[in-house]
Amino acid sequence: MTAALGSPGIGRFGDFGGRYVPEALIPALEQLDEVRRKALVDPEFVGELDRLHRTYTGRPSILTEVPRFAEHCAGARVLLKREDLNHTGSHKINNVLGQALLAKRMGKRRVIAETGAGQHGVATATAAALLGLDCVVYMGKVDTERQALNVARMRLLGAEVIAVTNGSQTLKDAVNEALRDWVANVDDTHYVLGTVTGPYPFPEMVRDFHRIIGVEARAQVLDLVGRLPDAVIACVGGGSNAMGIFHRFLDDASVRLVGVEAGGDGVETGRHAARFSGGSRGVLHGAATYVLQDDDGQTIESHSVSAGLDYPSVGPEHAHLFETGRAEYRSATDAEAMEAFRLLSRTEGILPAIESAHALAGAMVLGQELGPDAVLLVSLSGRGDKDVHTAARWFGLLGDDEGGMP
Amino acid sequence: MTSTTPSAGSSALAACREEGRAALIGYLPVGFPTLAGSLEAIAAIVEGGVDIVEVGVPYSDPLMDGPVIQRATETALAAGMTVDDVFTAVAASVAAGAPAYVMSYWNLILRRGVDRFAADLAAAGGSGVITPDLIPDEASEWLEAARRHDLDPVFLVAPSSTTERLSVATAACRGFVYAASTMGVTGTRASVGDAAADVVARTRAVTDLPVCVGLGVSNRAQAAEVARYADGVIVGSALVRALDEGGPSAVGRLAAELAAGVREGRG
Repeated sequence: MTAALGSPGIGRFGDFGGRYVPEALIPALEQLDEVRRKALVDPEFVGELDRLHRTYTGRPSILTEVPRFAEHCAGARVLLKREDLNHTGSHKINNVLGQALLAKRMGKRRVIAETGAGQHGVATATAAALLGLDCVVYMGKVDTERQALNVARMRLLGAEVIAVTNGSQTLKDAVNEALRDWVANVDDTHYVLGTVTGPYPFPEMVRDFHRIIGVEARAQVLDLVGRLPDAVIACVGGGSNAMGIFHRFLDDASVRLVGVEAGGDGVETGRHAARFSGGSRGVLHGAATYVLQDDDGQTIESHSVSAGLDYPSVGPEHAHLFETGRAEYRSATDAEAMEAFRLLSRTEGILPAIESAHALAGAMVLGQELGPDAVLLVSLSGRGDKDVHTAARWFGLLGDDEGGMP
Repeated sequence: MTSTTPSAGSSALAACREEGRAALIGYLPVGFPTLAGSLEAIAAIVEGGVDIVEVGVPYSDPLMDGPVIQRATETALAAGMTVDDVFTAVAASVAAGAPAYVMSYWNLILRRGVDRFAADLAAAGGSGVITPDLIPDEASEWLEAARRHDLDPVFLVAPSSTTERLSVATAACRGFVYAASTMGVTGTRASVGDAAADVVARTRAVTDLPVCVGLGVSNRAQAAEVARYADGVIVGSALVRALDEGGPSAVGRLAAELAAGVREGRG
């Protein structure tokens, strides 16, 4: 069924986006939009964010060519944009610093966030500590168990972590709980939404704070290779690192933009988070987009080895890029992503986040398709420290098992 | 705008106004604890004195609802509730003698097809739909379907609403305006608070539609208090809890208490 999603209104990407939230939140969304628009052209704000990028996050992040890994991509040149080297270990800090500065500008003393893998929660707890804000992070109970280390990190940083026990107890339920908190406390609280979805202006604002990834990477690739890449590849959960790296390339028609969703056990099994092959048009968490849903419109729970991609919906701008064909979306199964995780670790000495390993699995396939002359730019959105336990279990490296990775 | 026949819900509100009292609107989710159980509960609250029934549609991601309604809707979904059951419940309410509005999160209506949902609701005798996560700015397709099928679109206003937002919301409403009493989600509260009277007064300044207050009302005294300044008192979580703890007879008794409350308001 192809549903019409509604009228072109505020904050649309084609048919997608909008503000599907309780009326009670509209004033806060309008205030946020006004403040962030002013901030983006205010030299003081831009200068402060730039200073934090350079002296706190460690930007610009470097570009690393990975020739030994590239042997598994049919010899194509593979360049990694190293967001994993940012302070806190992923791209998430780019958005969080921007939003935390906006929270201060709006006079809010408390920030809340949802988190799946814990990376966004850690980044938010970090920014809150840096700027002296109270911080509460909502995290599905299932995720607090599979990402226990990040729960401890957030608490060490002074944040309160609340394990969400309703629904599927994963990221989508953490978003619900954060939205409930926000409605009740909107006077003094800013909701630091962690990805490019939610009601407008979040999808656009979060994209703009991550846009620096693609701006840097495009110049770095030109500098290193002397031409644009043939493809830019990124994993897509909500889709913030992907929008961040894609955006500067949107007008470069020769550059393929490839998003890799979590294929879980395989799209055919129904246990996955591949919204563009297994989902349909719908509304979730404030945005018209693609959603995993049943015939009644009830959300279907997603599945992935990667907590950060385990989400039944996706940012609305991705839905627009999908329908217009400007970007293409594929999926990598748990097994394919873990194989890419193993290969990058063994060939290059880089442990990727399992989320980012999905992009690497995509690069292995694209290399086969495009051949040895191709240049592939891959967003290495996060590092794998948080995933050591999951990966060790996957590869049987715990307990009495003396064997190495297969 | 073309003139349309007032809905049954609208007429019920007008009748209450004639009597010089606020209406009592009772919310129950369809399918909780079972489909049959929810139909029995609806009949019980109508018998107890509810003027209008608000039939909730259980949704997987009810971001405006607190723990009581969340648990009930999870139970209903686990028991196999489908959107089709909503129309059965609406028809049951109408048959029991109370006009029915549906309260639904937007994706469920979108998925069925906005016009088809409206047609099915009209066929079941429903008066309109309350949409907690749809603002008028996103509602053009729904507003057209509502007009076509003679249904009341009911939007929410909140204590945070600016005068401009109150005008946008009330201009799109028919039947009544749903005023959220506090900033927050559904659930019983110790007191309803001053924000409710304020938002009702500010809403009245921009519309002649009845203004009904929801969120936080759970007992006879609170119903009486809100009935002093509102055209309708909406009770949800307290009824759901009574149904959960004591079955149809308990929820019917609470409805009778609340019905007495709305009659004391301007006594």
